[in-house]
Amino acid sequence: METLIQQVAVGLASGGIYACLALALVMIYQATHHVNFAQGEMAMFSTFVAWTLIQAGLGYWAAFFITVIGSFIASAAIEFAIIRPLHKAPELSVVAVFIGLLVIFHSVAGWVFGTELREFPSPFSKDAWFGGSLMSPHQVGTIFVALCIVAALFAFFRHTTLGLTMRAAAQNPGSSRLLGIRVGRMLMLGWGLAGAIGAVAGMMVAPVVFLDPGMMTGVLIYAFAGALIGGIDNPVGAIVGGFLVGVLENLLGTYVVGTDLKLTVALVLIVGVLIVRPAGLLGRRTVQRV
Amino acid sequence: MQLSSVTPSAGHGVERASTFMTLRNILILVVIAASLAFFAKGYVLFQATMVLAYAIALVGLNLLTGYNGQISLGHGAFFAIGAYSLAILMNWDVPYWLAIPAAGAISMVAGYAFGRPALKLQGLYLALATFTLSVVLPQLLKYKLFQPWTGGVGGIVIIKPDAPFGIPLTSDQFCYLFTLLVTAVMFVIARNLIDSGTGRAMRAIRDHQMAATSMGINHQHYKSMTFGVSAAFAGVGGSLSALAVQFVSPDSFTMFLSISLLVGVVVGGVGTLWGALFGAVFIMFVPELAEKVSKDAAWAVYGLVLILLVFAMPKGVMGLINRLHSKSVARNV
Repeated sequence: METLIQQVAVGLASGGIYACLALALVMIYQATHHVNFAQGEMAMFSTFVAWTLIQAGLGYWAAFFITVIGSFIASAAIEFAIIRPLHKAPELSVVAVFIGLLVIFHSVAGWVFGTELREFPSPFSKDAWFGGSLMSPHQVGTIFVALCIVAALFAFFRHTTLGLTMRAAAQNPGSSRLLGIRVGRMLMLGWGLAGAIGAVAGMMVAPVVFLDPGMMTGVLIYAFAGALIGGIDNPVGAIVGGFLVGVLENLLGTYVVGTDLKLTVALVLIVGVLIVRPAGLLGRRTVQRV
Repeated sequence: MQLSSVTPSAGHGVERASTFMTLRNILILVVIAASLAFFAKGYVLFQATMVLAYAIALVGLNLLTGYNGQISLGHGAFFAIGAYSLAILMNWDVPYWLAIPAAGAISMVAGYAFGRPALKLQGLYLALATFTLSVVLPQLLKYKLFQPWTGGVGGIVIIKPDAPFGIPLTSDQFCYLFTLLVTAVMFVIARNLIDSGTGRAMRAIRDHQMAATSMGINHQHYKSMTFGVSAAFAGVGGSLSALAVQFVSPDSFTMFLSISLLVGVVVGGVGTLWGALFGAVFIMFVPELAEKVSKDAAWAVYGLVLILLVFAMPKGVMGLINRLHSKSVARNV
C-alpha cells in the first residue's frame, strides 16, 4: 500500500509537468487551431535563455520574468514571420513547418549551449513548509503553478472580451473578420501566450529532468497525450489529462510491465481511451453543419 | 486543425499531372533510371535504390493522407514491419521474390487491423494514435519475448540475392534494377487505384465524409481498406530497403523515419502521385547535404531547407510543376 501511495505521488509530480505543457498546447489550439509540434523545443530554448541569464548573475525571478516576456515576443514574431504567410497553404505544409522549427530549435540549442546536462535552480527552497516525505517542495510548487495558470487562463477565455475574441478568431476567422476582429493580431497574441506558458513549463521541468536539448522530447509526447486525453479544446481537461498520464505511466511501469515497455503500454492505453471517447474525456464533440 | 479536409483542390492536380506525365515521358524516365545501373557504382547505386524504396512508401502514405485525408505519423512502423517480415522470411530460406509480396501482405493486414479501430479518430487524434505506433514498434522489436524472431537489439543480417539465370550483373546492379521494376509496378497499381471508382470514393471521403456517405459510399470500408493498402506500399518499400541495406535493426526505424516520410509527402506534393519521387530524393539527400554544410548544426540546416521549400512551394514540387505546366499550355493555346 505504501509503495502504491508513493508511486501515485511520483506520478502526480511528473503529471504536473505534463499538465503544464499540455496547457500550452491546448492554449495554442484554442487561439490558433494548430498544434505546434515545436512547442516543447521552444520551451527548452527559453529555459536555456533563462539559464544563461542566471549564469550572467541575474536573480532567479528577474531571469524568470525576462524569459517569459522574451518568449512571448519571440513566439509572436515566429507567428508573424513564418506561420502567417502560410495561411493559404495546405494544412500539412504548416505541419511540415512545425517539424522544421522543431529540428531547428533542437539543433541550435545543442550548437549554442552544448549538449551536456546542466542543473537548473528551483524557485522553491528545499525545506519549504509545503514539502513532505512524498513530494519535494518543487513538485508541490509545480502542481500549484500549473493550477494557477489554468485558473488564470480559464478566467481569461471565459470572462474577458479579449479571450472571447481570441476564441472567435481561431474558430471562425471569416465571420470574425466581418465583425471587425483583427484575426491576424489575435493569432499572434495566442502564439505569444503559448510561448510564455511553454517557457514557464520549461523552467518548472528543468530542475527535475536537468537541462539539455533533448529534455522536452519525452515530456512533449506525454503532454500531447495528456492534452488529447482530456480533450484538446479544454484547459481543465489538459490538467486532468496530464495528471492522469503521469500517474498511469508510473503505476503501469511499477506493477504491470517493467520500464522497458512503460512508454508503449501508456500510449496504447491512451489510444484505447480515445477509441472509446474520440473527443477526449472532457472534450466536446463538434457537430458538423452540412 | 482540420486535417480531414487536407487539400480540397488537390484532386484537380491529378488530372493535370497525368497530362504532363504522359506515357512517353514516363518511358524516358524509366530508361534513364535503368541506365543508371550501368553508370553509377557502389554507394551511388545504393542511394538510388533507397530513393526508390522511399518513393514506394511515400506513394502509400500519400494514398492515405493526400487522397483519403487520414494523417499518419506512423508509417515508419509499417516500413519496419515490411523490412522485418522480409528479413525473417529470408532467414527461413524463402526466396526474395516471394518474400517481398509476402512482406507487403503482412503489412497490409497490420495496416487494416490498425485502421479499423482508428476509424473513430480524426485529425490530431489520429496523428497521435499513429505516432504511438512509430514510438512503440522499435521498443517491441527490442523486447525479449520476440527476440527469437527479431534478433533483439542486434537485428538480422540479410544476404543480397545474386542475379538469376546467370545474367552478368553484380548483386548491387541486380538489386537496383529489381527495385526499379517493383517501383514501376507499384506506381502503375497506385495510378490505376487513384483513377478507379475506388479512388474517387477515397477522394470524396477526404473532401466531405458526410456527403460521401449520403451518396452511398461505405466510408468505414474505404477508410480501413485505404489504411491497409497504404501500409502495404510502405511495407514493400521497407522490404526493398532492407534488401539494399542487407540488415535490419530496431534503431533504423525510429519515429524520425515516420516524420521524414510525412515531410517527404509534403515536399513532393500532397495528393500527387509523382511527387513521391521528389519527396524520396529529399529524404535521402537533404540530411547528408545538411551535414556537409554545417557539422555542428546539421539539423538546423535541414529545418531551414524544409521551411524555405514550403515557402517556395506550398503545394510541393508537383504543385509547382503543375502550375508551370498549365501556364505553358495556356501560352501555347
